[in-house]
Amino acid sequence: MEAGTPELVKLEDLEASRALTGRKHVLSLLVENKPGVLARIAGLFSRRGFNIDTLAVGPTDDPDVSRITLTLDGAVHPIDQVTKQLHKLVNVLKIRDMEPDQTISREMALFRVQAAVDGRAEIMHFAEIFRAKIVDVSRRTLTIEVTGSNDKIDAFERMVRPHGLIEMARTGEVAIARSRPDQ
Amino acid sequence: MRAADALCEALKAEGVEHVFGIPGGANLPTYDAIYDAEFTHIQARHEQGAGHAAEGYAKASGRVGVAFATSGPGATNLVTAITDAMLDSVPTVFITGQVRTDLIGTDGFQEADVTGITLPIVKHSFLVTDPRQIPEYIHAAFHIASTGRPGPVLVDVPQDLSRADIEYEPAEGRPNLPGYKPPTEGNIKQIRLAAKALANAQRPVVYAGGGIVNADASAELIEFATSDKLPVTLTVMGLGAFPAPHDQWLGMLGMHGTRTANYAMDNADLILAIGARFDDRITGKLSEFAPRAKFVHVDIDPAEISKNVPAHIPIVGDARDVLAKLTREYRALKADSARLDDWWKQIRAWQAEYPLGYEDSSDSEIKPQFMIEAMYEATEGEAIITSDVGQHQMWAAQYYHFSRPRQWINSGGLGTMGFGLPAAIGAKVARPDDTVVCLAGDGSLVMVCQEFATAAVHDIPVKVFLMNNGHFGMVRQWQELFWDGRYSSVEMGDSPDWVKLAEAFGWTGMRCADKRQLKDAMRATLDAEGPALLDVQVSKTENCFPMIPAGAAARDMVG
Ligand SMILES: Cc1cc2nc3c(=O)[nH]c(=O)nc-3n(C[C@H](O)[C@H](O)[C@H](O)COP(=O)(O)OP(=O)(O)OC[C@H]3O[C@@H](n4cnc5c(N)ncnc54)[C@H](O)[C@@H]3O)c2cc1C
Ligand SMILES: Cc1ncc(C[n+]2csc(CCOP(=O)(O)OP(=O)(O)O)c2C)c(N)n1
Repeated sequence: MEAGTPELVKLEDLEASRALTGRKHVLSLLVENKPGVLARIAGLFSRRGFNIDTLAVGPTDDPDVSRITLTLDGAVHPIDQVTKQLHKLVNVLKIRDMEPDQTISREMALFRVQAAVDGRAEIMHFAEIFRAKIVDVSRRTLTIEVTGSNDKIDAFERMVRPHGLIEMARTGEVAIARSRPDQ
Repeated sequence: MRAADALCEALKAEGVEHVFGIPGGANLPTYDAIYDAEFTHIQARHEQGAGHAAEGYAKASGRVGVAFATSGPGATNLVTAITDAMLDSVPTVFITGQVRTDLIGTDGFQEADVTGITLPIVKHSFLVTDPRQIPEYIHAAFHIASTGRPGPVLVDVPQDLSRADIEYEPAEGRPNLPGYKPPTEGNIKQIRLAAKALANAQRPVVYAGGGIVNADASAELIEFATSDKLPVTLTVMGLGAFPAPHDQWLGMLGMHGTRTANYAMDNADLILAIGARFDDRITGKLSEFAPRAKFVHVDIDPAEISKNVPAHIPIVGDARDVLAKLTREYRALKADSARLDDWWKQIRAWQAEYPLGYEDSSDSEIKPQFMIEAMYEATEGEAIITSDVGQHQMWAAQYYHFSRPRQWINSGGLGTMGFGLPAAIGAKVARPDDTVVCLAGDGSLVMVCQEFATAAVHDIPVKVFLMNNGHFGMVRQWQELFWDGRYSSVEMGDSPDWVKLAEAFGWTGMRCADKRQLKDAMRATLDAEGPALLDVQVSKTENCFPMIPAGAAARDMVG
């Protein structure tokens, strides 16, 4: 073949992949259930300057394996670099960068809000709309449990905040891939 | 069997012949086992020294280097060496004693959480919690340290567990590490793509580094580069992987590289980076680095690809495997070599205009560059050279024309002063038939001078050529060039008397301050029986050029 024939690759056609995706990413990690694994992951994030938005750790169906679900901002962090660095940890078994439209993700949150007599009905109404549960009551407060997508919980927070948000606890997202219809 | 004995059996099974270390309370059981072990233990005089010796051993031989330390201060003294091994990807296993399990977490005597301290600076680590894990973890540590991108692995062994009795069975097959699968073979489609791009490149440069040495891919690199007339440059970590006296060699690139190599990078249309990690000493200002080039990046560590510089053709794999395939694919394309003629004309013009050079003294004064040239001649270019960190390191990289891999052993990533002497000891233990010379800086050498004793007592005949400029020369240079000549704490005075110090440790000590006598003095040092030091008094304020100021672009080279 002659040099410069079309079969060769033109340099100007080559493109490098872009580092920043600009969206939120949910990473689902399967890790060995061993002491110190979380410290290794947390250490990696702090050393490389990656900022975790949420983190949830829990068991899986296999007692030797734990699942860590992380969310990160792909507008700030090169997700590709994050996953490659995570892969280098010997105790990390599997990493999935969850595709938004093929993923079910949920977060749970507990809100304690001011609920004096005049506002109480409205808050309970919000709770109903959000399919939230009232899990504790006192004379001036309500404690509400909400489960749903991260956006839903943000929205609920916006609704109740004007009433006086006393305390909030969020778990961070956990996620699992949707099954295909034929599965 | 006592777990500590099983530890030694496991080391034996890994083929270990030499280890370096210092005993203490928490690793007494291990040292009791070492008493009967079949490998040789070399007692260092500081754990940092033991660690660098293990690195020197590994870098000279390609085998895993091993160092022992006790808990607490012994373990923390290893930290610099572990970090050094991490940044330079050196296959090493560090075995520390830990306090008894019932004392862990109680601030027990000499307790330090060394697995915690070293978390960011190891490839992996193991804290033993059951004595039966000891041999298993040793095998896993060797496997992890030496495969994929090599690096340091720490095994922390609590004292009581190393005394426990266990059933020891020699390990068979690979350790069970489900999360560890280092890549090996490069993707052939990507390799083909790279070959086709290369065949179309008008101004290609091969930029290779320490990964070639790790992969033992020097022969493949030469074969590839000479399958056409491809210009080659190397990082300081790769020196020797492509023979310096070669027609296609551009010299080292980067901050103290040749103008030719840096200008070639700046003007290249295609850069093949192989086993090199785009360190900031290479790229300078990232936004102006090789602005005309597309990048093929070959690395065994996927995380290196596109970390600093986005790759157009990423290839994850072992350099040796990829280079062999790339050569085959490229040859099959029968690219027209003549397309590179203009490029070579340009390269030759740079070489003619900007050769490496210095103004020699007109009297007896020894210029540092002259010292390296003399060293090259006195050793006939054949010695293994280890180096400390500073100007002398860069002059050696420029003026000692390394012709084979593992001939040049230095601390590049961490830039650890004091690396040279213990690394030379390790290298000499690994390669007893080679001449091993430590090119030392006077600032660096004093940081580890206790290791003179290690060489003397164990009869390890290393040679030290000390480039004595009375300064922290590299820092002095930066203060002169970038801090208005405000010299802050860079003068060293004339302490110690190096000849006396060497003699005090049982070495031969000599001094030379006259360039006409230098080569003879070097030969005498090389011929002296046992370890010997030559204190070479060089110019005090010479600067190392050329240089790309930190954060500048290749075009802004000075000197
Ligand atoms: C005072 C001072 C000045 C310096 N100035 C310079 C300078 O002017 N020029 C210069 O070059 N350096 C200089 N350095 C060194 C610099 O800091 C870096 O250490 C060096 O550039 C890194 O070299 P490298 O890219 O070859 O990477 P290394 O650190 O050697 O890394 C090797 C790479 O190869 C990969 N690899 C390993 N094994 C394989 C395999 N089997 N197959 C494929 N890939 C593999 C690794 O994953 C890694 O990415 C200087 C250091 C000091 C202390
Ligand atoms: C352990 C350590 N401390 C400090 C430095 C910063 N530093 C870099 S080069 C240098 C001077 C080295 O002096 P010397 O060994 O005499 O070598 P020269 O530059 O004079 O050749 C110093 C202090 C370092 N690299 N390592």
